[in-house]
Amino acid sequence: MNPNPHHLLEINDLGIQFGGLTALEHVTFSMDPGEIVGLIGPNGAGKTTVFNLITGIYQPTIGSITLGGQTLNGRKTYKIFQSGAARTFQNIRLFKKMTVLDNVRIAAHNQMDYNPLVGALRLPGYWRDEADTTYRAMKMLDIFSLTEHAGEMASSLPYGQQRRLEIARALISNPKLLLLDEPAAGMNPTETQALMATIREVRDRFGVAILLIEHDMRLVMGICERLVVLDYGQVIAKGTPAEIRQNERVVKAYLGGSAV
Amino acid sequence: MNAATRNSWILNAIALAALSAAFLLPIQSGAVNAYIVGLLITALINIIMATSLNLVCGLLGYLALGHAAFMGVGAYAAALVSIHWNVPLSFPLALLVGGIAAAITGVIIGVPALRLRGDYLAIITLGFGEIVRIIMNNMPILGGARSLRGIPRITTVPVAYAVVIICVTLMFTLGRSRHGRAILSIREDEVAATSSGIPVTYYKILAFTLAAFFAGIAGGLYAHYMGVLNPNRFNFDRSIEYLVMVVLGGMGSITGAIIAAIVLTLLPELLRGLSNYRMLIYSLALILMMLFRPDGLLGTAEFSLASIGRLFRRTRRSAQNEGRDHSES
Amino acid sequence: MNILLTQLINGLHVGSVYALIALGYTMVYGIVKLINFAHGDIIMVGAYAALMLLTSTALPFGIAAMLSVLFCVTLGVLVERIAYKPLRNSPRISSLITTIGVSFFLQNSVQMIFSPTPRPFPIRLSVPTIVIGSLKISGLTFVTILVAVLLMIALELFVRRTRMGKAMRAVSEDMQAAQLMGININTTISMTFAIGAALAAVGAILYSTAYPSVSPTMGALPGLKAFIAAVLGGIGLMPGAMLGGFIMGVAESLTKGYISTQLSDAVVFGILIIVLLVKPSGILGKHVSEKV
Repeated sequence: MNPNPHHLLEINDLGIQFGGLTALEHVTFSMDPGEIVGLIGPNGAGKTTVFNLITGIYQPTIGSITLGGQTLNGRKTYKIFQSGAARTFQNIRLFKKMTVLDNVRIAAHNQMDYNPLVGALRLPGYWRDEADTTYRAMKMLDIFSLTEHAGEMASSLPYGQQRRLEIARALISNPKLLLLDEPAAGMNPTETQALMATIREVRDRFGVAILLIEHDMRLVMGICERLVVLDYGQVIAKGTPAEIRQNERVVKAYLGGSAV
Repeated sequence: MNAATRNSWILNAIALAALSAAFLLPIQSGAVNAYIVGLLITALINIIMATSLNLVCGLLGYLALGHAAFMGVGAYAAALVSIHWNVPLSFPLALLVGGIAAAITGVIIGVPALRLRGDYLAIITLGFGEIVRIIMNNMPILGGARSLRGIPRITTVPVAYAVVIICVTLMFTLGRSRHGRAILSIREDEVAATSSGIPVTYYKILAFTLAAFFAGIAGGLYAHYMGVLNPNRFNFDRSIEYLVMVVLGGMGSITGAIIAAIVLTLLPELLRGLSNYRMLIYSLALILMMLFRPDGLLGTAEFSLASIGRLFRRTRRSAQNEGRDHSES
Repeated sequence: MNILLTQLINGLHVGSVYALIALGYTMVYGIVKLINFAHGDIIMVGAYAALMLLTSTALPFGIAAMLSVLFCVTLGVLVERIAYKPLRNSPRISSLITTIGVSFFLQNSVQMIFSPTPRPFPIRLSVPTIVIGSLKISGLTFVTILVAVLLMIALELFVRRTRMGKAMRAVSEDMQAAQLMGININTTISMTFAIGAALAAVGAILYSTAYPSVSPTMGALPGLKAFIAAVLGGIGLMPGAMLGGFIMGVAESLTKGYISTQLSDAVVFGILIIVLLVKPSGILGKHVSEKV
């Protein structure tokens, strides 16, 4: 099957096994550029595994993943990041003992091209690249209201700001696809509201497609244009939030047993 | 370069020049005896060893137990250049060849070894280090266990001092470039680093190779200071000695490594009056240091004149803040 | 053929000593995830203790051996309590450096008391040589292998069958969970160090009868080799330490016999590197990957 040129992300019949245990199978869905899609399902359904497969942390047992027409199978994680898929983590993975600014600058690594010798000798290429990167990183921190914390250690930020810093770090490389793993986890309702606004703004400003895993249904229903529902490693439903709300299998998966 | 950066550079440059003058003038005037000169050269060589090992242990966060082997490779390569190749500028050339030989060894060892991590990496570097030593012991061209002799004794205090300044400056600037940040990010979180576009394997090998390169240069200095080389000088015990310097200084801190290298070179000599007890005191100091200050002297922080200035300002400000807090309550 | 057999038996002789020492490394690593660099120096202290008791008293060999084992056990437990326990929650590298410090400390203390000069170890034990056909096995070799194997069986039974043994396995599996189940972590860890030190002391006496020269740095090389043996078999695993010890001993002995004495150490390290590259967790180890 040829990938549809209009789709940004195409996942086709994806499956993975861990030591004989099937974690995911027959997962098929696609995303258009600039779309916000929610990936939902009960705990242990395999949502984060989908992220780990897209970003190349795991290699699929079968199936294919393409991004902008390029296949991602067999590619290294850092290459996948370079070809335009950036992510955040469920359990926040910042570079804790580095400054907020450096956290963002690290992800801009590939947009600079001076070599180690130029860096060590502080030749003009170093100053040019670093000034440019620092400028862009500060602008990104500004969007996420982190400017005043630029020089602080990432670990010293409160939880909500750490989550925002992770998104800022992912966005500095101008990705085509942003993967957010439970961005609202541990946030209070006010913070979640602010996060929803930020996510919409990010999509509008950067034109990036966003795939997000989230348990907070108000957030999911509020900002996602389409939803993909996973249960026991399989896609049990796809559609608009309104359609998903009506879907019997989804309700059953969430409530368990014989409800409905 | 903004004004604050420039000022801090100028300040540090002036301080460095003053320090150099205070340090080198007495030696040039011949007021210092050979024993002290020997001690100073040893301390300077140890500074390069400690700061270069810091690239792997501090920046990359990996434990390596074979650093002395790279010094050995560099020492022998540099010595062979000096002995067999009598050309002008042969000494800088010899040091460079020593560094490159060690760097190549670093790549050969690093590529397979860096697939492992944590304790396993420590163990495999130990194994490789010992193998390098045993191979050097069995190579006829190196004189083997009977030692290599007749190396010109060119390393003086000013020469060693200049080489140290160059090496440490390069390591410092490298550490604060996109490459240094990439290496640091691996120490902080390898998964996050690779997910942020950092080719982690490349940077692990780069850090390891650069560390080997500078250790090779230190080896070249050592060879031209001693005039005689024996492979067993570069054994596991030496690697441990350098590791201890890095840890005591605070992993990740270049200035910490420098201070620790100086202190640990001088300390056993200062304790010479207590000659029977000195190694005992040294080992006790090590244990107590770990028990009461496990992050080392400086942690990951750097010592600089600008930071002292900041410290003063901060204490003054916090004193003011305290005053305000009291008046408010 | 006879030469090969003799070399193999020599290998088993040294190997069984390595295995005993390796057990100490592996048990400590299994429980506190610490490479105890001072373990080799416990061997040295054990050898000196036995030497002292044998030369300055008229005690029979067996009693002297037991007393030196007891001395090492006390030392091992004390070192853990004073130097390692306060660092249990610090970065691993701090504890590692501390073990190096303890190693220096033990070497230098002994050097101050007894001088660095090596001393001969008195072998006051005469065991008849065993002759099988044209093959002669020295009595010491036979006794060494026998003692080592018996101790390993005893240890295996202890860990499988007794309460304390089960506690040790539980703590090495998951320290926090074990604590929640009411296991006394400190006692269990002390016990581990005590057993490790006891085995090292027995190893020391067996080693000294094979290489009868006692010096303050004598523990370094067998310590390092035993450590490699532990890694080879799969560090943290007791059967791994035994297997690793025997492989090391035989490999070393065969290299000495057929290739060159000088290169025997290189072969030992070479085996280590190959095993680590092919199967990093050791011959019997299981691969564990990080969860994202």
